[in-house]
Amino acid sequence: MNKHVSPKMNRRAFVIGTAAVGTGLAIGLDLPFGGPAVVRAADGSPEVNAWVVIRPDDTVVIRIARSEMGQGSLTGLAQLVAEELECDWSKVTTEYPTPGQSVARKRVWGDFSTGGSRGIRSSQDYVRKGGATARVMLIQAAADEWKVPASECTVAKGVITHKASGKTTTYGRVAEAAAKLTPPTEVKLKDPKDWTIVGKGLLRLDTADKTTGTMVYGIDIKLPGMLNAAIKDCPVFGGKVKSFDEAKITGMKGVKKVVKVGDSAVAVVADTWWQAKTALEALPIVWDEGDNAKVSSETIAKWLAEGLDDAQPAYVGNKNGDVKAAIASAAKKVEAVYNYPYQNHATMEPMNATALYTTDKCEVWCGTQNGEAAFAAVLEASGLPAEKCDVHKVMLGGGFGRRGMTDYVRQAVAIAKQMPGTPIKLLWSREEDMTHGKYHPITQCKMTGAFDADNNLVALHYRLSGQSILFSVRPDALQNGMDPAAFQGVAQSGEAALGYSVPNLLVEHSMRNPHVPPGFWRGVNVNHNAIYMECFMDELAHAAGQDPLEFRRKLMGKNPKHLAVLNAVAEKIGWTTPAPQGVYRGIAQVMGYGSYVAGAAEISVTDGSKIKVLRIVASTDPGYVVNPAQVERQIAGSFVYGLSALFYGGCTVKDGRIEQTNFDTFNSMRINEMPKVESVMVPSGGFWGGVGEPTIGVAAPAVLNAYFAATGKRIRSVPLRDQNISFA
Amino acid sequence: MANLTINGKTFTLDVEPDTPLLWAIRENAGLTGTKYGCGIAQCGACTVHMDGVATRSCGISVAEAEGKKITTIEGLASGSTLHKVQQAWIAKDVPQCGYCQSGMIMAVAALLNEKPKPTDADIDEAITNICRCGTFQQVREAIHTIASA
Repeated sequence: MNKHVSPKMNRRAFVIGTAAVGTGLAIGLDLPFGGPAVVRAADGSPEVNAWVVIRPDDTVVIRIARSEMGQGSLTGLAQLVAEELECDWSKVTTEYPTPGQSVARKRVWGDFSTGGSRGIRSSQDYVRKGGATARVMLIQAAADEWKVPASECTVAKGVITHKASGKTTTYGRVAEAAAKLTPPTEVKLKDPKDWTIVGKGLLRLDTADKTTGTMVYGIDIKLPGMLNAAIKDCPVFGGKVKSFDEAKITGMKGVKKVVKVGDSAVAVVADTWWQAKTALEALPIVWDEGDNAKVSSETIAKWLAEGLDDAQPAYVGNKNGDVKAAIASAAKKVEAVYNYPYQNHATMEPMNATALYTTDKCEVWCGTQNGEAAFAAVLEASGLPAEKCDVHKVMLGGGFGRRGMTDYVRQAVAIAKQMPGTPIKLLWSREEDMTHGKYHPITQCKMTGAFDADNNLVALHYRLSGQSILFSVRPDALQNGMDPAAFQGVAQSGEAALGYSVPNLLVEHSMRNPHVPPGFWRGVNVNHNAIYMECFMDELAHAAGQDPLEFRRKLMGKNPKHLAVLNAVAEKIGWTTPAPQGVYRGIAQVMGYGSYVAGAAEISVTDGSKIKVLRIVASTDPGYVVNPAQVERQIAGSFVYGLSALFYGGCTVKDGRIEQTNFDTFNSMRINEMPKVESVMVPSGGFWGGVGEPTIGVAAPAVLNAYFAATGKRIRSVPLRDQNISFA
Repeated sequence: MANLTINGKTFTLDVEPDTPLLWAIRENAGLTGTKYGCGIAQCGACTVHMDGVATRSCGISVAEAEGKKITTIEGLASGSTLHKVQQAWIAKDVPQCGYCQSGMIMAVAALLNEKPKPTDADIDEAITNICRCGTFQQVREAIHTIASA
C-alpha cells in the first residue's frame, strides 16, 4: 500500500472527490517513510519521517492526521506510533499537520477523515509502520556512528545501546543523521502480546489545557484585526433570502457590514459577536420559503408509513429463504411498527470557523472531523487553488458526525471573501445550530416475525422506511440507488452484520428522503436499526414465552463473537439470578463499525412513567483495545448520548422548519440521571473495530426492554417525552 | 462602559450594560476559557463564580455583574498551583472534548467550597451542567477523590 501509482494530480477531481467522499480520493496515496532530503518541522527539528519528528532534547513529536474531538484518538494514535518507535512515552507530544501540507506532499499523512469510528482502525497499520520505520532508521544512525552492525544495537525508551562496547546514545542525538537515511522498505510490526504502551490506559495527552481554559477551540480563535459574524440561514431548508433591510441596523454599535451568504443566508459582521448577533436579530429579512414550508412531522410520518407497505418498492439489504411464504404458513405471527425521529448532534460548541481571504490566499481555522473535506470546501468557496489555501485544525468542542460536514466552513469563506484582508470569525448561535443541523435521519420500521408450532422463529421480515444519509451527502456511494449504510447492524456480512440466523429473512429499505438534511450522527443507522431489531427480539422472545437472552442465544450459534459479548454482559449483570425487588432488566446486542457490543440495564419504574436507570453493563469486542481507559469512556459516553436522545431528543418539523431551538426543548441528560456504566472489554484479536459509536446501538433497547419487563408496556416511538415518560 | 472585577483585576470595558457577562468576559476582557453553549442558562458551559457563587454568565448582564467579584476558569488556580479540582481533573482524566469542562470545574469548585464532602445526592443536585460527551462518571469519581483527600 505504500506506493500507489499516482495519476497526475487533477485538482478538480481532488476537490470533488474530497468534498463528496472524504475517503478514497481521486489522487494517489503516497506514504514515504523518510528519505535522503531532510524535511524539517517548523522549529527546525528533523523529521525522521512524516509521522515522527525528534527534537534535540529527545522530545518526540508525533504527527496526528485524524481529529481529536474528545474520543481520545489523538492519544491512541500516538500510543500506536510510540509502541513501534520504542520511545519514552513521557517525552511524547503531538501536532496536527495541515491538509494543505499533506496534499502538497502527495497525501503523506493519508486520510484525515475522523468519522465512522475509523480514527484508529483505518490508520493503525500505517502509523505503526511509521513508528517502526523511524525506529529502524534511528538505530541505524547510531550504529553508523559507532561503526557497528545495527543488529547489535538495542533500544528502550529512546535510548540506544550497543552492549558489547557499552556505548549509549539517545534518539535526540541521532535524529539528524537518521533523517538522512534511506528508509527500510519492509518493517516488522510487534506482536500484540509484546505491546507495552498500546493496551494500557495511559492518561490522555490533551487534558491539562482543558482544565485551565487554555485549550483553543474554533470559537476561541483570535487573529489581529479580526471581526465577528453572526448568521441566519433560511429557517426552511431549501428556502432562499428574498430581501433584507440593511438600513434598519446600520449605525448599530459595532456593526461593520451586512452580507448575503450564498442564496439562503444573511450574516452581520461586527466588532464583537454579541454585537453581530444583536444586530442580526434586529435585521428584517424576508424569506422565500418555497414548497418545503408545507412539510411537517405529520406529513413526513404519513409518507414514511406508506413505505412500510409491501406494495411499495424497496431495496433489499439482506435476504435468505422465502420470508413471505414462511410467514403465510407460520403457526404464529408477531408484528410491530417502530419509529425513530430526527436528532440534532448538539455539540457543546456550536458550529464556527474563522476565515482570512486575500486575493492570493485563503486560510481557515476551525474544528473539523475531516481536515481534507474542509480544505476542499475552502478551495471551492474561495475559488483559489490548493497551494494558496490551507486549514488549521483546532480542538473540537464535540463532533459526533456534525463536524464532518463543511457547511459552516463554506459560509465563513463566503463572508471573508466579501471582506478581503479581514479575518472573520463566524459563529452560529445555539438556535442556528439546532435549526440547521444535519440530522440523524428519520425512519420507521415494520417488523414481522413468524414461529412454527414449537415456537421456533422461522421468519423475520424487517422493513425500513425513511431517509438515506448517503442519498444526501454521498450520492456517489449509492449502489444502483440503494444506500448500503441503511442496513448497518442488520446487514448480511461486513462490519455491521446481523448476529441472528433466521431461515427466512428479508431486510429491506423503502427510501424516502424528506427535505430535512440528514447527516452522520453518533452510530446513526446502527442506532435505530439496533433499537428496532433488539426491541423486536424482546417482543418475539415474550411471544414465544422464552427468556430474551436464551431466545437470542438460540439464534446466534453461527455468530460466536456477537454471542460472546452478549454472554459477557449477561454474566456481569447477573441475568440468571433474579433482580432485586422492583428492579427490572433489559438486554441488547449489535455489531457496528467492525466491533461487537452488548448492553444491559437495570431500571425501576414509578407510576408507570418515571424511570430510574440504576445500573448499566456494557461489553465490547473491538478486536484490539489501544487504550482501555478511553474505550471505557467511549462506552459510557455512548450511553449518555443514546439515552439523552431516547428520553429528551427528537427534532420535529413544522412549516418546513425544525421546532426545537435550544437545550430547553432539546434537552440532554445530567449527572443525576446517569448511573455508572460497568464496561467489560473482551478484545478477541485478529481484527480492528471501532469504539466511539457501536455501543450507542444498545443503549436505548436495553432500557426499553427493561421498561417492558417492569410495566408490560412496549414503547415503539422515540423520544419518551412524547409518551409522558421521563427520568424519575 | 462597565467596570468589572475579573480574577482580581479591574477591567474597564466598552460594552452596553445589557451585554451578557459571558460575552464581556470572552470578547471584551479576552478570557476565552469561559464557553458559550446555549445563551439561555441551560447548559452551564459559561459557569463562573460571582462572589463565590457558581453563576451562568450568559444569563447575567454586565450591569448586574458590576461591583461583584468574578472568577473565571483562568483565575481558579493560585499562581502556578492548580486548584484541587483542576488537579483531580488531570489525575482522573475527566475531560473528553473538554468544551463543557471550564463550566463543570467552576460548578464543582463552588460545590466543594460549600460542601467539602458532598454526597452523591449533593452532587446530583448541584452539578446540572450538560456534557454531551458523557463524562459524568469521571466527574463524580473525581469529586469523591477530592472529598476523601
